[in-house]
Amino acid sequence: MSGPSTYQPQSPVMKWLEQRLPIAGLVHSSFVAYPTPRNLNYWWTFGAILSMMLAVQIVTGVVLAMHYTPHVDMAFDSVERLVRDVNYGWLLRNMHAAGASMFFIAVYIHMFRGLYYGSYKAPREVLWILGVIIYLLMMATGFMGYVLPWGQMSFWGATVITNLFSAIPLVGDSIVTLLWGGFSVGNPTLNRFFSLHYLLPFVIAGVVVLHVWALHVTGQNNPTGVEPKTEKDTVPFTPYATLKDAFGMSCFLLFFCWFIFYMPNYLGDPENYIPANPGVTPPHIVPEWYYLPFYAILRAIPNKLMGVAAMFGAILVLLFLPWLDSCKVRSSRYRPLAKRFFWAFVVTCLLLGWLGGKPAEGIYTILARVLTAAYFAYFLIVLPMLSRVEKTLPLPNSIADDVLARSNASGATKVASLVAALALAGGLLLGGSGNASAAGSEENVPPSLQWSFAGPFGKYDRAQLQRGFKIYKEVCSACHSMKLLSYRNLADPGGPGFTKEQAAAVAAEASIKDGPNDAGDMFDRPGRLADPFHSPFANEMAARSANGGAAPPDMTLLAKARSYDRGFPQFIFDFFTQFQEQGPNYIAALLQGYEDTPPAGFTLPDGSYYNKYFPGHSIKMPPPISEGQVTYEDGTPQTVAQYAQDVGSFLMWTAEPHLEARKRLGLQVMIFLLILTGLLYFTKKKIWADAH
Amino acid sequence: MKGLGIVTTEASAEPTRRDFLFIATGAVAGVGAVAAAWPFVSQMNPDASTIAAGAPIEVDLAPVAVGQDIKVFWRGKPIYIMNRTKKQIEEAQSVALSSLPDPETDKARTKEGHEQWLVVIGICTHLGCIPMAYEGKYDGFFCPCHGSQYDSSGRIRQGPAPANLPVPPYQFVSDTKIQIG
Ligand code: FES
Repeated sequence: MSGPSTYQPQSPVMKWLEQRLPIAGLVHSSFVAYPTPRNLNYWWTFGAILSMMLAVQIVTGVVLAMHYTPHVDMAFDSVERLVRDVNYGWLLRNMHAAGASMFFIAVYIHMFRGLYYGSYKAPREVLWILGVIIYLLMMATGFMGYVLPWGQMSFWGATVITNLFSAIPLVGDSIVTLLWGGFSVGNPTLNRFFSLHYLLPFVIAGVVVLHVWALHVTGQNNPTGVEPKTEKDTVPFTPYATLKDAFGMSCFLLFFCWFIFYMPNYLGDPENYIPANPGVTPPHIVPEWYYLPFYAILRAIPNKLMGVAAMFGAILVLLFLPWLDSCKVRSSRYRPLAKRFFWAFVVTCLLLGWLGGKPAEGIYTILARVLTAAYFAYFLIVLPMLSRVEKTLPLPNSIADDVLARSNASGATKVASLVAALALAGGLLLGGSGNASAAGSEENVPPSLQWSFAGPFGKYDRAQLQRGFKIYKEVCSACHSMKLLSYRNLADPGGPGFTKEQAAAVAAEASIKDGPNDAGDMFDRPGRLADPFHSPFANEMAARSANGGAAPPDMTLLAKARSYDRGFPQFIFDFFTQFQEQGPNYIAALLQGYEDTPPAGFTLPDGSYYNKYFPGHSIKMPPPISEGQVTYEDGTPQTVAQYAQDVGSFLMWTAEPHLEARKRLGLQVMIFLLILTGLLYFTKKKIWADAH
Repeated sequence: MKGLGIVTTEASAEPTRRDFLFIATGAVAGVGAVAAAWPFVSQMNPDASTIAAGAPIEVDLAPVAVGQDIKVFWRGKPIYIMNRTKKQIEEAQSVALSSLPDPETDKARTKEGHEQWLVVIGICTHLGCIPMAYEGKYDGFFCPCHGSQYDSSGRIRQGPAPANLPVPPYQFVSDTKIQIG
């Protein structure tokens, strides 16, 4: 803890330094000699995991900022350029985007751990309050970061969240204008969000220092909630806690890498692959998953001001927790009633999170109201009441006593919990593969097709990509642009496998506007490898007017921008089976989903066509392709079904050109991390062997 | 250092699997840390679009009269293309190599049969300023930053610059057209 350090510098250099700046002594007393309760379980490693995640976010964020352009016209493309063109850009971006979610997963576990073991109680109130402040800063940072890619969800998320402040009486509107720096969310908003998004993580780091300082003054809580009394109750931080934390971090990295390399879009919203459009709101506005419980609370209350107040109140109430729960016993282990209510509260939060992602209507609203009441009741009624009436169980005399008593009894429960965990994982995997095929049978849900690029070892089928490109060139490109793809990409590794010469020939067929020349005139020239794909229309207005008012969307990111709901519990299985193919499934289904006569009772607007899979079923695009329209030289059947699958595959590549590199590197990283985790586990065991 | 000290004292008493485990874990973690750092370094290199944009360019020489020069950009660098006068060519060819700080013949710096054309990267080899054409004492280039003088072959003659103006890779695709890169 604090107080004079026991550190004895050995070398003359360190002695010299220590007398002038005792930094080595500080590190020694805080991270080496620091006594930590010997009975900490793995829930306590999340502190270290959170520090690691903060570092990951700052380092990757600083790098992303080197390639990002905070301007409404360029932000979206600059992110895509980063992902497509910068060395390892896709990796850094996935790390940062998935990292935000990992950060929140870790912080929620960390908070629930504190709640369960009463870590907020005297003398740790300030420690807890600092933690809540960090959490608030994280929410602000996460929100502003989500705005930066300037997709549809970025823009509308920014609009909705900033409008929360308009609920404040009298000054609300002025505050919102102040936040925007304009009359609506626009370029000034994006610029200031970028600036603050870069600043806040360092503020978080500063508060983390205070948090750790406060922790080192009071000492860590532990699963018994009994303060350490003698030397026997504690072990030195290094090597005991250090190695346990390292093992915990390594396990967490495995989980993190699963997202980075295999499920990069699992936690994101497909709408955000559509550039921001201030004229069209997406049908379902949902914030990132980590805000969903609070979003549900906001929507549960039918009054604007009260809803906003409840939402902020739900977070701010945490600040008062140390005084709402005045029970002298800290750990829920010895509070049979509090333990049950704790788990009920966890379920409440999870359900609120689920409701936050559902439309605010009917039964969902009623449920959200009940659960909002339950949320507040837990803090304002249950905890204060329990502090008075609950009969707690006898506490162990000391931590050492407890460790001794438990090591005699634990063998069987450990095996049981391991078996349960394995059974659950196995069940999920089985359920996943069983349901993957069943999921498509429902009406109007695109059927799940077989894709060569699915799964951990997936690769694109070069011939299929080439066929898909042929269809794009001969059919789709008449109306659809492909702005983020350049001709040179056709020859990139992991793509359709054209040679440089073939790609250059494709480029040369296009005529590209260039200039101005010496005379100041624009001129046409044949395309080059470095040019982006030529767009069929000069601008969006031209595209709109030539297509009956509906501009054909750019196709580069279509396979990631289109999706459909997989529903519960399917989306959980998808995590284990690495299902990421909603986009191509949808595209393939759409191309085959036209029906000449709409079902009875459906009125089709003029100039529209009926499509089974299109949301709302009325689509402006006429059936784009028919049997035999595109000639395949390799003898592949020239059916619409085959065309659809080839186009789906090609569009997956244009949306995710580094998919093969991603999965290849993922395998290497996973193997490495498994080895490291194993080694850390045994090292940790060896080290702790003499502590028990 | 302290931790290591403890390990080695025990090791001398009993060279065990325990030491091997610790060393292996440390080594694997170290390798991982170095490997993880690589993408962060590699991302600083030019990205694929920058490299693609650095592809060779063609320049039409027809509009450049004798005694004139043009400046074109290739990979973000200014390139001087100079249609040299008779006098300039003679000066460049007749100078004694031994008098040059960075000896190089004019022949080596131009293309055979196209001796009137000088193509050089217009970046001073001292500290990167752009020298002015047709200035200075040697009928070549003069760098205003710190006074380096280049001759009509772009060779350094006087001043702090250590080397001649570099010649970019180029070839004649026809008599009046060159491809740079
Ligand atoms: S940069 Fe040209 S003389 Fe110094």
